[in-house]
Amino acid sequence: MSKGFTPSPATPGVITANDLRMGHCVWMRDGGWTADPREAELFEDEAIAELALLAAVGQSHLVVGPYLVEARRGPDGSPQPAHFREAFRRRGPSNYFHGKQAELSPSEVEASHV
Amino acid sequence: MFDARPQHNEYLRHRARQFRQQVERRLDGSLTEEEFRPLRLMNGVYLQLHAYMLRVAIPYGTISPDQMRTLALLAEKWDKGYGHWTTRQNIQFNWPKLVDIPDMLDALADVGLHAIQTSGNTIRNVTTDAFAGAAADEIADPRPYAELLRQWSTDHAEFQFLPRKFKIAVSGGEKDRAVVAAHDIGLRLVRNGKGEPGFQVWIGGGLGRTPLLGQVVREFLPEADLLPYVEAIIAAYNLSGRRDNKYKARIKITVAERGLDTMRDEIEAEFLRRREAFTGVDQDLLAALKSLYAPPAFRNEADGDYQDRRAAHPAFRSWTDTNLSAHKTPGYASVTVTFKAPGQTPGDASAAQMRLLADLSERYGHGDLRISHDQNVVLPHVHKSDLFALYRELQAAGLATANAGLISDIVACPGMDYCTLATARSIPIAQEIAAHFRARGMEDEIGRFNIRISGCINACGHHHLGHIGILGLDRAGVENYQITLGGDGYDIPAIGQRAGAGFPAEEVVPAIDRVVNAYLELRETPEERFIDTYRRLGAAPFKAALYPADA
Repeated sequence: MSKGFTPSPATPGVITANDLRMGHCVWMRDGGWTADPREAELFEDEAIAELALLAAVGQSHLVVGPYLVEARRGPDGSPQPAHFREAFRRRGPSNYFHGKQAELSPSEVEASHV
Repeated sequence: MFDARPQHNEYLRHRARQFRQQVERRLDGSLTEEEFRPLRLMNGVYLQLHAYMLRVAIPYGTISPDQMRTLALLAEKWDKGYGHWTTRQNIQFNWPKLVDIPDMLDALADVGLHAIQTSGNTIRNVTTDAFAGAAADEIADPRPYAELLRQWSTDHAEFQFLPRKFKIAVSGGEKDRAVVAAHDIGLRLVRNGKGEPGFQVWIGGGLGRTPLLGQVVREFLPEADLLPYVEAIIAAYNLSGRRDNKYKARIKITVAERGLDTMRDEIEAEFLRRREAFTGVDQDLLAALKSLYAPPAFRNEADGDYQDRRAAHPAFRSWTDTNLSAHKTPGYASVTVTFKAPGQTPGDASAAQMRLLADLSERYGHGDLRISHDQNVVLPHVHKSDLFALYRELQAAGLATANAGLISDIVACPGMDYCTLATARSIPIAQEIAAHFRARGMEDEIGRFNIRISGCINACGHHHLGHIGILGLDRAGVENYQITLGGDGYDIPAIGQRAGAGFPAEEVVPAIDRVVNAYLELRETPEERFIDTYRRLGAAPFKAALYPADA
């Protein structure tokens, strides 16, 4: 796990958490939150990421447990997971078609697996 | 003492109201997550990978048909149509929304169920044998004692902030079916020379990152001393258990570090003090509980066409060979309904299946249902003349898989498909192994074989107790599975030993297949189980099968 890692242009990161009311995974974008992992903001600068994480922690009325985690920039510039745990979070469980894969366009979420 | 039976549940409604207010205060910002987290955990609410999770206690695995129907209601109304039987006789709902959980707790309170003390550093759900009150080898029914312990431990003011969680198991049979050696306190019902009932008391067992088998701290504890003695054990642990390191805080470490004799001296001294405070109320309650768990009105009649049906229907015969257990009453059997059909997630039950089991238990099983710690459901009392009809109805619902105790009856924790603590997935590995041996058509030939899978070192899948145990780990960002051999949670308690380097996910099934093939070649008779062969020959031939390049 890459909690507490330092983002850089070579190793960007995303800020992610769970929605307080509903529990599903969310990602930070433009200071707010999206339930779609494809819309997550990629942070490449340590200082900007740190400030964003502070802002995320300050939004505890919306989200639970925000953290900065390593990600990849896909060929089209979209954020991709760097670790299988994050891949599972953005897809859903492997035993049922539940979670994100059922809520979003599955082919697009599926295509992003590491 | 607290009494959570259906007729006395105002307290549960009170607790549900209290939690509703806490949720409201969290949502309006009056409570921070740091303040709210311990409050939600006290009510069995975890935050998992994709959603919240609600863990509901099924006290010692005993559940009434109406309670089962309420679990079905929860699954359907507030979850995704199913629930998951855990290895501690509880049920987990994987998809509740925080804002719905107060309604779920209200619905549970209506039938005397709750999620209190299913998390946190408290005394957790007391577990026992799923065949309690039915097993042919039973010394005494453990349920009255388990219920006494539950009422005493629920909201016990002194034990709400223990160094770590605390698990008690009670076993009533000649054969231990509650894994007492793997619990913080294990109680085995025994009789002394005078034929009086009492307990052999074990302490200091547990799995997790430091698996240790318990030790006997008292050979015979008279029945009447149960509560003061258990209270003395936990009081001693509460003072001497470590609080500086959560990985060294369980009583197993306290006993290992301080020694059994030191602990026993402290417990016995505390016991003498505590016993003074018990005025006999507990014994009155115990007597009432014994009558509450009096056997149902068993029918005294012939087996009907049971043997003819067995002779005529090979699939029914196969199911009766594997899924029945000996009952103490002539003409009866206990039925294990496995939730391990090919391709199924171990222990997952749909709302429709829960309702069907509730109905079938009323029609054929004296209205009694049990959740077993191997993630199956037991109908403890079925008359043999009803078995064929029961089988047909289970079969129609996909619940008549004839594999109880076989290699596809795999125990698995939710793993990284759900759990935030997990380091790898468990469920797909269980599904692949079961599918593989089913496809080979060898389950019956392989015989009794216990595989257990955990998705992290915390060992909720009890992998150390599997004849073969599988532990999922994260090795440099890839799922990797370590294999242990020779564990046993039933006959001779044993912690499995690590066989060697782990395997990537796709190599697990071939590796297990090689071990099974080695066993089939080495066993002396078809009756010799894998664990027997392992005990006879040791780990070497199986390690050689796992790692052929090293041999």
